[in-house]
Amino acid sequence: MTDTESAASFAEPQVGGPLPVGPEEAAIEVAPLGLWADTWRRLKRNKLALVGLAIITVFMAVGLIEIFFWVTGLHGGYLAPYNPDAVNYAIAKSPPSMQHWFGTDYIGRDVLSRTLVASRISLLVGVIAVSISLAIGLALGPLSGYYGGAIDAIVMRIADVFFAFPYILFVMLLVVVLGPSFRNVFVAIGILSWASYARIVRGTVLSVKTQEYIEAAKAAGASDLRVVFGHVLPNSMAPVYVSVAMGVGGAIVTEAALSFLGIGVQPPQASWGNMIADYLNYLQAGQWWMELFPCLALVITVFGFISFGNGLRDATDPKLKE
Amino acid sequence: MAERLLEVTDLSTHFFTHAGVVKAVNGVSFTLDRDETLGIVGESGSGKTVTAMSVMRLIPDPPGRVVGGTIVHKGRDLLALSTAEMSDIRGNDIAMIFQDPMTSLNPVFKVGDQIAEVVRRHQGKSKREAWRMAGELLARVGIPDPDKRIDQYPFEFSGGMRQRAMIAMAISCNPDVLIADEPTTALDVTIQAQIMDVIRDMQSQYHSGVIMITHDLGVVAQMADKVMVMYGGRTLEYGPVDEVYYNPHQPYTWGLLGSLPRLDETQKQRLTPIEGQPPNLLLLPDGCPFSGRCPYEMPVCRGEFPALEIVGPGHGVHCWIPIAERERIRAGLPRFRRAAS
Repeated sequence: MTDTESAASFAEPQVGGPLPVGPEEAAIEVAPLGLWADTWRRLKRNKLALVGLAIITVFMAVGLIEIFFWVTGLHGGYLAPYNPDAVNYAIAKSPPSMQHWFGTDYIGRDVLSRTLVASRISLLVGVIAVSISLAIGLALGPLSGYYGGAIDAIVMRIADVFFAFPYILFVMLLVVVLGPSFRNVFVAIGILSWASYARIVRGTVLSVKTQEYIEAAKAAGASDLRVVFGHVLPNSMAPVYVSVAMGVGGAIVTEAALSFLGIGVQPPQASWGNMIADYLNYLQAGQWWMELFPCLALVITVFGFISFGNGLRDATDPKLKE
Repeated sequence: MAERLLEVTDLSTHFFTHAGVVKAVNGVSFTLDRDETLGIVGESGSGKTVTAMSVMRLIPDPPGRVVGGTIVHKGRDLLALSTAEMSDIRGNDIAMIFQDPMTSLNPVFKVGDQIAEVVRRHQGKSKREAWRMAGELLARVGIPDPDKRIDQYPFEFSGGMRQRAMIAMAISCNPDVLIADEPTTALDVTIQAQIMDVIRDMQSQYHSGVIMITHDLGVVAQMADKVMVMYGGRTLEYGPVDEVYYNPHQPYTWGLLGSLPRLDETQKQRLTPIEGQPPNLLLLPDGCPFSGRCPYEMPVCRGEFPALEIVGPGHGVHCWIPIAERERIRAGLPRFRRAAS
């Protein structure tokens, strides 16, 4: 297809293509869009979602780098202009400057360095807590939706109990019981958020399981578990991806809230939540920079996840397809 | 005599709904031998598909249940098997082709993966070997460029190609029994003939028994050796195709044949529809389900279902009208006047 005429006449993508006429006739190569390519095509047009994606990318890059240095202990375990824990009373409470872009806090620690390093906690809590709740939700939701009956009733009533409790109080209770440490924050958030994933998946499974290809899979001799997790679940994932994007943002906020209240990540380990709590008193004294930058980091990151999640929902919603 | 593959005796499948018991299949019996094709015809709701699903043991329970009868496949009663044993049989010994190829393939997996999955499940082949076999199967059912097609998703296939892929999947383990549930209803007429050819080719290659469920009497005439006419969950007439088509004994069969257009009709003649509506399956009479629509109905028809009456070689009918009377009525019908003369 080098000549322009035939290129023009086949400019419209033809899914499936015409019936092949004979072997000598070259098949018209029109690469059809896969599910992900199609989603990406529609996501690309949503500017806010792209901004969200950019924010997420930067956040993940910074977070991964910090985690890498933390785990390996390279360069003192951080990558930042200054040691985030180094105390220097001589420069305490200095406003933003060329040396300290975000200023220094009440004991002379560099706010930029602390804000950067704290991203590792947020990234970890986002990934680990959501993984835990996703694992529970994706195990129970499909079984509940597919089998129905008693299994469904039991799982969904337990989920209702989780929904019925005020979420933040429930997390606080669990963290207090487990003991405040950043590992327990992950576990608590993870255990308490499974119900929404389970409910979302159950809903989609209910509609997917009546599809003919599920019956065809059964007729081909697939076992029940194979049908549920091999055929039904992969067709029920679209709303889950959206929920995950939102859920990561939610988990980051919850961790910040717990740390703000003093039952999350403990100082001097920096997290956005405990920095916001720590520097709150200096806001009234006019030393705004300590409070502003961790707040901005938190807000921008969560905004990134939410706007990306929103864009993803629009892009995967078949009803909005043009 | 050919090997007996399937012997269904007195099968009854009922659905227990809020509104009442739906007797979707009621005392149905048939047999299927190797190399033989059985056509099951009847209108919507006559119990054709439920019969097939009962054989596959895929009746959704609740609300449905096989309440009586036996389904013997090569000496084993399928109804007595455990769920796991039945899973081994499905797809391997008894395979099924579904009505709508557009919705019968899983949209998120490549066609090759879906065929390979069946092969791996039943034949314990390696992933690589199963993939290679999937390619061969696609070629065998006449899909051009199988090496490329195997790597594609169902949405990249046309309807006829999807049905070919479904057939490839169904024959992948060389099943004894192939159940085709209205395999061409959702396809163009031109594609229909191709698909029927593929099914017939596969049957002659693998020597399977085929159960062809359809409401198209032409398809049955072309494909089947035997035909079972169902109505309201009952078998009304059963026998070799030529017998049933040229020597039909049931008023419902007359109605079905009479409502077909004929190419050799010289005069402009209206089709003769069957008067009335299909029965409400919740309110079936105890007797013949066709009573109420049957123009030759007698008082006895509603009360009790007539016993099987053998009227020819392998040709059975359920009807209260005495045989002499039936032949007299049939000779007077416009449809059969020519056949009789």
